Amino acid sequence: MFNGGGGGHGNQSQQKAKNFLGACKRLISEIRGKLLVLLIISITFATAGSILSIKAPDLLSNLTDEITTGIRPDTEALQEISTLIAENYMSLDALSAGHKPDDIVYRGTTITLEDQQKFGELVKSIDVDDKNDASAMLKKFDELPESIRSIVEPKMNLERINHFVILLAALYIISSLLTLIESLTMTEVTNKFAQQLRGQISEKINRLPLKYFDRNQTGDILSRITNDVDMVSSSLDSSLSTIIADLALLIGTVFMMFKTNTTLALIAIGSSLLGFAFMFAILAKSQKYFVMRQAELGKLNAHIEEVYSGLNVVKTYNGQKEVNHKFDQLNQKVYESNRKSHFLSGLMRPIMIFTGNFGYVAVCVVGAILASDKVITFGVIVAFMTYIRMFNNPLSEIAQAATNLQSAAAASERVFEFLDEPEMSDQKTLSAKLDRNKVKGDIEFKNVKFGYDDDKLIIHDFSAKAKAGQKIAIVGPTGAGKTTMVNLLMKFYEINDGEILIDGVPTSTLTRENVHELFTMVLQDTWMFEGTLRENIIYNRKNVSDKQLYKICDEIGLTHFIKTLPNGFDTKISESDGISAGQKQLITIARGMVEDAPFLILDEATSNVDTRTEEAVQDAMDKLMEGRTSFIIAHRLSTIKNADLILVMKEGNIIESGNHNQLMKQNGFYADLYNSQFAL
Amino acid sequence: MFKILKHFSKKDIASALLAVLLIACQVGLELKMPDYMSEITKLVQAEGSEMSDILLNGGMMLLCALGALIASCTVGYFISKLASRLSMNLRLELFHKVEDMDMEDVTEFSTSSLITRTTNDVMQIQMFVSMGAQMLVRAPMTAIWAIVKIANKNWQWSTATAVAVVILLTTISIVVSLVLPRFKIVQKMLDRLNGVTRENLLGIRVVRAFNAEKYQENKFGKVNDELTNLRLFNQRVLSVMSPVINLIMYGLTLSIYFIGAYLIANSVMAEKITLFSDMVVFSSYAMHVIMSFLFLSMVFMMLPRAQVSAERINEVLDETSKILDGERECGLEGEVGTVEFRNVSFKYPDAEEYLLEDISFKAERGQTVAFIGSTGSGKSTLINLVPRFYDVTDGKVLVDGVDVRDYKLSALNNKLGYVPQRAVMFSGTVKSNVCFGENGKEKISNKKMRAAIKTAQGKDFVEKMDKEYDSHIAQGGTNVSGGQKQRLAIARAVARDPEIFIFDDSFSALDYKTDTALRHALKTHTKDATNLIVAQRIGTIMHADQILVLDKGKCVGKGTHKELMKNCKVYQQIALSQLTKEELDV
Repeated sequence: MFNGGGGGHGNQSQQKAKNFLGACKRLISEIRGKLLVLLIISITFATAGSILSIKAPDLLSNLTDEITTGIRPDTEALQEISTLIAENYMSLDALSAGHKPDDIVYRGTTITLEDQQKFGELVKSIDVDDKNDASAMLKKFDELPESIRSIVEPKMNLERINHFVILLAALYIISSLLTLIESLTMTEVTNKFAQQLRGQISEKINRLPLKYFDRNQTGDILSRITNDVDMVSSSLDSSLSTIIADLALLIGTVFMMFKTNTTLALIAIGSSLLGFAFMFAILAKSQKYFVMRQAELGKLNAHIEEVYSGLNVVKTYNGQKEVNHKFDQLNQKVYESNRKSHFLSGLMRPIMIFTGNFGYVAVCVVGAILASDKVITFGVIVAFMTYIRMFNNPLSEIAQAATNLQSAAAASERVFEFLDEPEMSDQKTLSAKLDRNKVKGDIEFKNVKFGYDDDKLIIHDFSAKAKAGQKIAIVGPTGAGKTTMVNLLMKFYEINDGEILIDGVPTSTLTRENVHELFTMVLQDTWMFEGTLRENIIYNRKNVSDKQLYKICDEIGLTHFIKTLPNGFDTKISESDGISAGQKQLITIARGMVEDAPFLILDEATSNVDTRTEEAVQDAMDKLMEGRTSFIIAHRLSTIKNADLILVMKEGNIIESGNHNQLMKQNGFYADLYNSQFAL
Repeated sequence: MFKILKHFSKKDIASALLAVLLIACQVGLELKMPDYMSEITKLVQAEGSEMSDILLNGGMMLLCALGALIASCTVGYFISKLASRLSMNLRLELFHKVEDMDMEDVTEFSTSSLITRTTNDVMQIQMFVSMGAQMLVRAPMTAIWAIVKIANKNWQWSTATAVAVVILLTTISIVVSLVLPRFKIVQKMLDRLNGVTRENLLGIRVVRAFNAEKYQENKFGKVNDELTNLRLFNQRVLSVMSPVINLIMYGLTLSIYFIGAYLIANSVMAEKITLFSDMVVFSSYAMHVIMSFLFLSMVFMMLPRAQVSAERINEVLDETSKILDGERECGLEGEVGTVEFRNVSFKYPDAEEYLLEDISFKAERGQTVAFIGSTGSGKSTLINLVPRFYDVTDGKVLVDGVDVRDYKLSALNNKLGYVPQRAVMFSGTVKSNVCFGENGKEKISNKKMRAAIKTAQGKDFVEKMDKEYDSHIAQGGTNVSGGQKQRLAIARAVARDPEIFIFDDSFSALDYKTDTALRHALKTHTKDATNLIVAQRIGTIMHADQILVLDKGKCVGKGTHKELMKNCKVYQQIALSQLTKEELDV
């Protein structure tokens, strides 16, 4: 099966929750205790941070204003001084005798006669043409006499500037700290939450009835534990506090905008929404191609997988041409949808940027018109220039966060669906217990009825008795219910009617764990897990000495194989390793032998082992079976010829029973089955 | 990574250059906008400005914005095309490479790894090219352009910007050096988490039978904790990033204003206004510079991941098949359907022990040669030498008197009808599966296809399917049973009408009755064909013309059933473990 870890993104984002609000509610309600406190802290800090940030542009524009006043000369004063000087001299001309031009005192500063004269010359030196030229004026400005210059020179209030700078710096630092704390707590919440979910799933797996696993695929459960949980945590991380903080910011900005000026507010919001509408239109279109791409990619990947895993057939049948043709077709389709979806989704950012710029210009132009009609002051326009930025950013972030929240909801729905599956029955009331060291070994089936679905019985009224130490074989064609018998013996499934008795005690009164303890089970599918060979054989049995281990492996002929491994018993085993099916089977048999329980179940356990190896295993098994009640299911009739009792099953019922010779004499179904292997 | 980029064609390079040019336009236009913006700001702030000036500047700015929009959309078009085509071509090359690979390399890479390399890794590269490459071009361009625009304005401001860039880069490199190595471990941990869960699910019966639920949960818990801690560490470090970057950006603006205020206060009147507008422009360009470095570092964060994928792809592309094509089209005259092993030995190049040692035999036309032995005795390896999944280490394998290495592979394959241990099904129909491939003759007719399925004992079940011979077969043949798959796989070989059949334990999923009937049918319908059969059941092979008994890679017995029963101990053991003495004397 091909299911690369971490793969499959893109597909996920298209998921929609069946019940979005319900899923969100459930999601939040699952965050409890310490995590909930952290979450609330996180959201509080995020909101505080965004409220602070509404203040920042205000302060910044104050700072700018302060600097601006520092570049404007006091033209009013200059005008007045100019008039005063003119008057001073004019009065001189008029009253040429008695009056003497004198120093002027303007706003407490004395302008000496000499300075007045200099000023007069300076004014004359400016050409009439240049009078409107601001830069020419400004050049002369620096040549003004000291006394006049000190009056009209722009004064920068450095103290106020320092004040604003410190205030702003403090604001930035505080809001950064708030963001830091917010994201740290949010990280804690989402990761711990993911850990909790994964743990819950892992425990849930072991509490679900086996029935569940018959209906659901491994890959599906796996993807819940990895992809879905990851999706929940990462989407939550980037959505929950963002949405709330941005909402606060958005509402704040909208409020400020309308408070300042309604017309401009409408223009600003309108122009932004226009851009967003356009964006969503594109988003909807590109979504289609994304879905298409995912589908085409899936087809291509399936083809690749199929060809790679059947490479020996493709080669020997000269199938390359055929396979390549299909590959080219699929590859071309992937290319097309790939290109289109990429192109369309790539348009989003430029459009966003353009929308921002468009809004900016719109506000400036409309603002200027309003200002020229004296409806608003210029300060309002400046304020709106920042508002429009402050409005656009959270809007796009909220849009992003909303899609994230949606995928979080969809993914969490899948996770909770799994966690809510009905579990196996409660066992608290079961009080009986059988000690595995004292069990005699009698088993009886009494009118057992069972079906995987309640309305469809596949075992009808099955009764049989096995005495301690007997070897019972179950044979029959596929689908006759052989494996089902084992499932019932092991209490993997609850029987619908009748009883299974161990030493006279009904298994319905025993806990599942107790029943499992009594059985050694070696299954047909050779289950290995990642870990050393030693771990694989000993499994969860404790206090197994090396000596015991060597003895067991020796008995079933595993020793040679183990010696060929680089690290012997400590060799790491993984699923894909080059251990043959037969060797795996031997290892599982060894595991069963370590378990050493009073009952033994061999479920076609030797069908993967070639007959020669099987013989060695058989010898070991015979030893193991001594004194144990054993159930053997095998296709190869040769392995069960020496069974004490052979049960021949067909369509859920036992149609014949007896030992080999008796059954052969009956010349019935068993004899037919047996003889078919020699026919030419 | 660069090696991967060599897979661009000339046309691709041309459109890449065009894209670069367009990006330059876009950057130019984007950087022009702050000029208009400050002009508008100035006009709006100054009382008595002309409305027409504001409209003009606003119009110009919108034009720039529109130009940038168009440029970046066009760039997006080219890039999406380039990236998609690159991934298409890479996939194609990988696919062809794997098709030509010898089985040894396939096993070494493992099929699932080859699949991920052809699918996921290629997607990674595509993502990097489509996102990273654009940034890689745009960011330095913007940075340089913006720096040029503000250079020489004022050393105090430049110093402030430089300090900000240095702080930014230091922060990023610290974060990256902390996080990046752990990212790789996170990926591994995820795989392990998957693995632990998978094994629990696959072995659910065993887990329960051994009461090992707690054992598994602890195992899972350990991986879960490790994964969570690693992730927490990574994300905590990353949490620092965004506030720090914000602080740097705001801090820089603030310092530019602060420095500006003092510069203006201490300058003569004539310079004040110029300084002010410089300040506004400088701060907006400085933001561009910082952003560029930010983008650039993002690219460098993406690069390692793409790099890993690129290496994995190159590993496959650099592999050269050791199975070389020969030239011969046909065998020796008069030799049809013969297979001969002459002192054949085989071992993997790096292995010490031989898997096969000194095997010799000859199968004549129409004969059946069978191979039996315990697991790991080398029977499958032996017959895999015929279709050249591997080549011999010593000795020779001859088909129709000619060394298999001298044949053109397709010509050799045309002589063979190979049925593997695990039946391979392709998604399609019953018919498309049976008629798969080419055999150097005309296309397989419907009649022949039906006959082949009948011979393979598949007629009954195929005709019971909803569309009979056109019935759908799911990927991996999941909608038919193991025994049915095996019969279809055999039908596929029969339909090919080969000189030589190779059955690699191909009857194991069949019950005895079908097994017998099938071998009967094969005998009558393909009596001229030579059969090489690997089997585990004595019943399947006891009537073969020649039986080779293998043990640990050596031939320990050769002859007919009767002969071997007399003189081969290993054979006797195998036989007696399956059948009683009386039954074997038939």
